[in-house]
Amino acid sequence: MFDEAALAVQGALDAGAAYADARVVAARTETINVRNQNLDQMERTEAIGVGVRALIGSSWGFAATADLTNASIRAAGERASAIARASAIVPGPPMEFADVAVAEGFWETPHEEDPFAVSTSDKVDMLVNVTRTMQGVKGIAIAMGTLTFYDTNKWFVSSQGHRIHQHIVESGGGYDATAIGEFETHRRSYPQSFGQYESGGFETVRAWDYEANAQRIGEQAVALLTADEMEESETNLILEGSQLALQIHESVGHAIELDRILGWEAAFAGTSHLELEKLGTHRYGSDLMNITADATLVGALGTFGYDDEGTPAQPVDIVKNGTWVGVLSGRDSAATAGLPPGGMVRADGYNRLPMVRMTNVGLLPGEGTLDDIIADTDEGVYMSTNRSWSIDDKRLNFQFGTEIAWEIKSGKLSRMLKNPTYTGITPQFWGSLDRLAGASEWVHWGTPNCGKGQPMQVAHTGHSASPGRFANVRVGVKG
Amino acid sequence: MTREQNLVNETLEMVGERAEAEALADVGSLSLTRFANSFIHQNVSEDVERLTLRVAIEGRIASSSTTATTPDALARFVDATIDTASSQPVDEDWGGMGGPTEVVAADNWDPDTANADPMARAEAVKAFVDAGEGLLGAGYCQTEAIHRAYGNTMGRRVHGRFTTAVVDGIHQTESSAGSGHGAGRALSHIDPGAIGALAAQRANDSVGAFDAKPGTYRVVLAPEAAATIAMFLDFYGFNGKAAEEGLSFVELGAQQFDEAFNLWDGATDPGALYVPFDVEGTPKRHVDLVKEGVTTSLVHTRRTARKAGTESTGHADPGSESFGPFAANVFVGGGDRSVDELVAGVDRGIYVSTFNYCRVLDPKSLVVTGLTRNGTFMIENGRTTDPVTNMRFTQSFVEALAPGSVEGIGDDARYADSEFGPTFVHTPSLQLARWSFTGGAEG
Repeated sequence: MFDEAALAVQGALDAGAAYADARVVAARTETINVRNQNLDQMERTEAIGVGVRALIGSSWGFAATADLTNASIRAAGERASAIARASAIVPGPPMEFADVAVAEGFWETPHEEDPFAVSTSDKVDMLVNVTRTMQGVKGIAIAMGTLTFYDTNKWFVSSQGHRIHQHIVESGGGYDATAIGEFETHRRSYPQSFGQYESGGFETVRAWDYEANAQRIGEQAVALLTADEMEESETNLILEGSQLALQIHESVGHAIELDRILGWEAAFAGTSHLELEKLGTHRYGSDLMNITADATLVGALGTFGYDDEGTPAQPVDIVKNGTWVGVLSGRDSAATAGLPPGGMVRADGYNRLPMVRMTNVGLLPGEGTLDDIIADTDEGVYMSTNRSWSIDDKRLNFQFGTEIAWEIKSGKLSRMLKNPTYTGITPQFWGSLDRLAGASEWVHWGTPNCGKGQPMQVAHTGHSASPGRFANVRVGVKG
Repeated sequence: MTREQNLVNETLEMVGERAEAEALADVGSLSLTRFANSFIHQNVSEDVERLTLRVAIEGRIASSSTTATTPDALARFVDATIDTASSQPVDEDWGGMGGPTEVVAADNWDPDTANADPMARAEAVKAFVDAGEGLLGAGYCQTEAIHRAYGNTMGRRVHGRFTTAVVDGIHQTESSAGSGHGAGRALSHIDPGAIGALAAQRANDSVGAFDAKPGTYRVVLAPEAAATIAMFLDFYGFNGKAAEEGLSFVELGAQQFDEAFNLWDGATDPGALYVPFDVEGTPKRHVDLVKEGVTTSLVHTRRTARKAGTESTGHADPGSESFGPFAANVFVGGGDRSVDELVAGVDRGIYVSTFNYCRVLDPKSLVVTGLTRNGTFMIENGRTTDPVTNMRFTQSFVEALAPGSVEGIGDDARYADSEFGPTFVHTPSLQLARWSFTGGAEG
């Protein structure tokens, strides 16, 4: 497929592009949904095509087609240049573009068990069994299970000489139980809400031992119907790892995207509370806060060999001992800001323009365990598993809800609490981080549904985290 | 015979007698010109060609989609889909396929929009940016043109086509932003200069915003904010699957809303967008969801209709297997008051241009949290006065429209952006009696 990508690049260059690159992408997915022991959905998708982008002046032009005849591919390249040229009606400063080493090579996700080779009946049975177990709990109205697998081949060619083939394999899923009361509903999910996704094969799903947790999940959903409502207060908040991962995603991951900081996403996704001139000095959080963006973590969902601009995957420090030191960038945004490119540009399929996306933006672990942290907490709440998330366009003012919480009294979990929420302002919240569990509870949580861009793109991102404690947080916010 | 009709027929012929089958083909283009910092920085165009196939073998179901449509690729695709279905357990809730039918004659197509080139979109962007008179503009202009065909082995064949156009953006000062929006079937029906001027006015009027005290206020909601409410009611409430699962607030026949509030799916109304049939080939028709405040109907796919003992209303969409049916041509009934008159009816309240990042806290009560964005203003003594910083709300969308809560409806109905996209809801501004703001920009 390198020849097809090269033809698209040549088409763009011949039509006047100063730089061009192209990706031929062949992507397969398989989704299985089981609801109350019934197979609701068995869906497979495949998409293959070429996307080519051309840089002229201040704008990228991009064209995509699934027609892989030579004439169509070359026409797509020419069209990308024509589109870029039309942008000159509303021109800006010439788009700068950082150099990276020209690379040729092949990279593949480490995996043991091809998820598409596992029989569909085995996968369906697995979900039927967990929904049966959850339905066995009196009071469960809906028991859902889902599995999704991704197999993506990408061939990347640039006018500078890159020729990179990658084969990326991702697997994941999960299940949830819903109990319905007269005026409310409660859902419990495993391993996390919307499922847990990782790079790797079917072995990553097996590792979560779905069946062993299904009874507990069902019982907790029912128990929430009669649990006490969380009351509004300011207290110590301990977050379970997957909720802390989403907190990182929303209040750090998006805020450090350089395209947002530069205003390129202002109208839709928004901007950022971060100002570039404060890079290296801005206090993001407490000394315990060490964030990296590391696309090389084996097993994490945002892991690859090269990004979609041919920049090698790499670990980048983002927050060091509480100080903001790094951003997520691509070759254009980094050059504009005078920073080195971080290799964080990806596209959602052949038909979307590559843009800055999170890789694995994670919080490095601390010491001890969740049990230690709870034991060291006189008074507070422990919240687990995301239920809702909302944050403003500068990634400053947030409110999260979780599925379940427990009151903490004198170092022990006590009452179960329903409808838990907490709210805060990003730097103050991270500044209150005072305990962080260690490496034994550090998990590469995955977010398979990160939306950004116009037309909309969905990215798969990773967020490693262990449970942590935050002081004086406003919880139990009500309307 | 068009390209998309040929694709459907070739696919069904390849299936032959091996299974029941339905095929849906889209052929067309999607183009989007994006600008930020007052210049175009991302400019894209995609040739769209995709085929979706669902097969049923004695109740064993599999669905697949592909963009690879050469004869060899299609043959492999069809064989693989049949092979997948044959090894599945029986789907007890399978809704089956429908026989021959007629759809309402509707050609929601504008040839100039279908043929809009990058220059046409760039000209629209220029008009928006120029209207800012030096403010920083950001946003996009999108044109879409899709031909769609559906066919199945029961003899149903329907086809149609549609265009959509959107101009959406903000203008920014150093401390504020304001938004403007236009959408519809034709790019020529949108005035990007006027939209840009509104965005600039809102941005300029928002300079010097202060933090308003959280609490319950009367509100006047511009169409974008009202559209978000309508779309959440639609997606989480009038959804036949959510209702069947007990997750919806809907009580059919009950006066759940103010008598001034009317909501319907108007896929066959004049000015509607998209094609008059769903992805199961079921013809769409006018469906009243709320009439004079009384909840009157749900929307259904064939699957949810079967479980509810009724007929599909033609609301199967891509993703409906997971999320259930939802209406994509939502209309909120218009009123007779100008926006100035709505504001004049409020002693003390808040005017909201847009909501942002809204998320459901509880689907059954439809309690939602989110923020205001791109222009929020105090209303005092019947006039908008000072700008306020973005505010967080936590509010039941059903209670917000409860009997006695809708105090006025604007005469400014139009397609308005929402959390779900820019071309799904046609709504006017709304004046509501109570809205619970739970925090300011700084908490």
